[in-house]
Amino acid sequence: MPVDVDAVVLSNTRLSSDYNVLALAAPDVAARAGPGQFVMVKPGFGDHPLLRRPFSVFEVFEDDAGRAAGLSLLNKRIGVTTRALFGLEPGAVVRCLGPLGRPFSPAAPPERAWMVAGGVGLAPFHSLAVALRARGVEATLFYGARSAGELFHLDAFRRLGVRLALATDDGSRGDHGLVTLPLERALRGLDPADPVRLYACGPTPMMRAVTDLAHAHGRRTEVSLEQVMGCGLGGCYSCVVPVRRDGGAPRFVRSCLDGPVFDGGTVVWDGLGGLPG
Amino acid sequence: MSVDLSVDVGGGLRLANPFIAASGCFGYGVEYADVVDLATLGAVAVKGLFLDEREGHPPERIVETPSGMLNAIGLQGIGVRRFVAEKLPPLRWRGAVVIVNICGSTIDEYAEVARILDDAEGVAAIELNISCPNIRKGGMAFGCSLRGTHDVVAAVRGVTRLPLIPKLTPNVTDVAAFAAAARDAGADAVSLVNTFLAMAIDVETRRPRLSNVMGGLSGPAIRPIAVRMVHECRQAVPLPIIGMGGVMNADDALEFLIAGATAVQVGTANFVDPFIWGKLVAGLTGYLERHGMAGVTEVVGSLELPARDAGSPSVAS
Repeated sequence: MPVDVDAVVLSNTRLSSDYNVLALAAPDVAARAGPGQFVMVKPGFGDHPLLRRPFSVFEVFEDDAGRAAGLSLLNKRIGVTTRALFGLEPGAVVRCLGPLGRPFSPAAPPERAWMVAGGVGLAPFHSLAVALRARGVEATLFYGARSAGELFHLDAFRRLGVRLALATDDGSRGDHGLVTLPLERALRGLDPADPVRLYACGPTPMMRAVTDLAHAHGRRTEVSLEQVMGCGLGGCYSCVVPVRRDGGAPRFVRSCLDGPVFDGGTVVWDGLGGLPG
Repeated sequence: MSVDLSVDVGGGLRLANPFIAASGCFGYGVEYADVVDLATLGAVAVKGLFLDEREGHPPERIVETPSGMLNAIGLQGIGVRRFVAEKLPPLRWRGAVVIVNICGSTIDEYAEVARILDDAEGVAAIELNISCPNIRKGGMAFGCSLRGTHDVVAAVRGVTRLPLIPKLTPNVTDVAAFAAAARDAGADAVSLVNTFLAMAIDVETRRPRLSNVMGGLSGPAIRPIAVRMVHECRQAVPLPIIGMGGVMNADDALEFLIAGATAVQVGTANFVDPFIWGKLVAGLTGYLERHGMAGVTEVVGSLELPARDAGSPSVAS
C-alpha cells in the first residue's frame, strides 16, 4: 500500500553538470520499497510542473538503529521537473508517493545476476544489488555511459561486492562503445547450463538490444521500462506498454501496475512510445 | 456545528457529499481502493465503457502543458460486460456509489450498453459520454450537434430508468443550448465540462507530442472557462449540473458550486494527489461552518452578481 510523504531534501549531491542524487527523508516509503519499484515525485506544491514524475528508488538508507530513514533518487536534468530536482537545496520539500509498481524478481543462489545499465538507467540497480548480495547472489553490473565522468557510484557497487564491466561512448573508460559490447562477450563465454538472470534498464533501444542479445543466447531479461506516466496508480491509462503473452495478440497494459518491470521477451518493442514513421 | 454535505443530483441520485471522481481519471475505481475508502467519495465515475473491449491509442498518450495536461488515451477499456462481471462486484462490496460513463459509436450501441447496465446490480447512474474528443466515431460527434445530443439522450432514456447524466463538451459555442437539448430529451442532470480539444508540438522533431496528434486539455488551465460554462448553463436551463474542470482544492470546487453546480467532479487533481478526497471534504466543511451555512445546498448557485448584470447569461462579446 503506497503512502504519500512531503519529504524534506536531506542532501543534493551533484555528480556532474547533468546528474545529481537527491536524498529524501521518506522513511515510510523507503521501508516498504522493493528493488525496481518507483515513486511518483513532484517538487513543491505549485501547478508547474503539475503532474508528478516516476523515479526509481535509487538507494534506501538507514539510521543508526538499522531502520529505513529515507531514499535517494538518481536524477538527470532534462525537463521541467528534473531541472527543478537538480536545483533543490537541503530543506526543500518533495512530494513522494510510493512505493509503486512491480519489483524485480531477485535471483537466488546458485543463480548469478547480471545487471545491465545505460546512463540514468543505473537508478534501480543499487537497491537490486543490495537485495541480491544480501541473498549471497554473485552479481555483475554492465554499465554504459557517454564518458568516464558519467559512470557513477562505482565504489558503492564495488563495496557491495558487485563485479563491474564498463563501456563508454567515447572510450574514456571500459569498452569503447555500447554496453552490449562487454555483455555480448560475457554471454559468448557463458556455459549454457550456467544459471544467470539478466536485468536491464536504460534507453529503450538498449533494453531491446539486451533482450534480443540475451534471447539469442537462450536467456530471458527483466527490463525496467520508463514510460510517461500520469498518476502511477492505474487511473489514467497513459503509461501503457504493448505486451504479447502466451502467443496472443499484443495488448496495452499499464506500466504502473503491470510494470515497470517486464519480461523483455513479452514487450512489443516496435509499439513502445514514439510516433509511427 | 455539523454541516450537511449531501446533495441531490437529480433523478433520485443522492450523494453523501458533492465530490465525484471524474471518469477517465480514476480507472474503474478499484485501482484506488488501497489509497482511499471508496465509500467516502460522493460517487465514482468509472472510465468510459463501450460494448466491447478497446485497445486505445498508442503512446504517447499524455503530455503536460502549462498548468494542465493533454490526453489522448482513446478510451482503452474492458467493455461493459466485463465491467459488470469483474468490477461492479468489488465496487459494491466497498460501498462505492458508481456512476458508469458510457460511450458508443452509434446510438444503438449507447442504448445497448445502457440496457446492460440497467439490468446490473450496483449502478447508481449513467453518465453519457457525448464529449470525448479523442475518438473518430461517436463521442464528441454527438455532443457537437444539438440533434445528435437530443437523439442519443432520448434513445438511452428509452431503455433505462437509471439517473441519466449527459457529459457535455466545451468545444461548442453555446454550451447552454446543449444542456437544454439534453433536458428536453429526458436527462436528469448534465455534467460539464469534458476536455478542450488541443494540441502540443515538439519543436525539435516538429512532430505532435501525442500519437493521436490532438488531445483533450484538462487541469487548472481550463478552470475559469469551465466555471463560466457552468454559470451559463445555470442561468439558462433548470437542470442539476455536475461541474468540473481543473478543481485542485475545496476553494476551486466552491467556485463551481457557487456558479450553480450541485456536485463537482475531480479528475486531473487525483493524479497529482490521490489522497485529495478527505482534504476536499474538510475544506468544504470548514467553509460552510465559517459562513454559517447548514449544508452544501445553501452554497449551490449562491453567486452574487452585480445588480446591472443580474440574470444575464451571456459573456461579453
